[in-house]
Amino acid sequence: MTTRRETLRQSATVAALLFASGLFPRYAMAAFNKGAFDAKSLADSFKALGVGAPVESTGVTLQAPDIAENGAVVPIGATSTLAGVKQLLFLVEKNPTVLIAVFNLSDSVDASITSRTKMAESSNVYAVAVMNDGKVLYAKKEVKVTLGGCGG
Amino acid sequence: MADPMRIRAQVAGGNATVRVLMSHEMETGQRRDAAGKVIPAWHITEVNATHNGKPVLSAEWGTGVAKNPFLQFTIKGAKVGDKVSIAWKDSHGDSRTDEATVA
Repeated sequence: MTTRRETLRQSATVAALLFASGLFPRYAMAAFNKGAFDAKSLADSFKALGVGAPVESTGVTLQAPDIAENGAVVPIGATSTLAGVKQLLFLVEKNPTVLIAVFNLSDSVDASITSRTKMAESSNVYAVAVMNDGKVLYAKKEVKVTLGGCGG
Repeated sequence: MADPMRIRAQVAGGNATVRVLMSHEMETGQRRDAAGKVIPAWHITEVNATHNGKPVLSAEWGTGVAKNPFLQFTIKGAKVGDKVSIAWKDSHGDSRTDEATVA
């Protein structure tokens, strides 16, 4: 006979395990995370990074052009107005490998990064902010590419 | 050995905006040469930035970062004369470190 108390305790244990398994890969990620960068889809790459399902948020802004003439050089920037941003990620949905870059922020830098990416074709671009409390927020924008950047 | 990075760090309102231009091929491993052979991937995998010797930003990059990568970020509370150092490592094991002074 399982009492209510036992049930509660068990579910707490399971929750703690999930929490630990969800968090651990992020701390183990100091070295280059090959799996995440080889991922071919957004879901795979989030899984390889060990972050939860992202939620769209107005606290994250993505700066990217509406139309990129040259897919080899597409300027992108991510900014978050929220406090406690641990990581900023850039992803391009239809690139051969979707994860572009991971930035691990410290308290001494603003949650604002600008860089340049390559895009194979018109696609949604995602800026993802991983927060210290484990929340994962994103902003996305569709960028049209007139000349792909990954062809031979 | 790769060419030096161009680093510019400028104070604006108590923070320093750091702009870095690295010189790197950032080969994706998707392209083929004239003979139809795949050109192997060769790209920067890790970037580390320090402010007066203290690590402030680290990054991991895939093949999707554009050739001759550009990076801009802001260091809080940096002053004129502070040292900003940027280091990268690529998938061939090459690395390069360059330093600039905040102006």
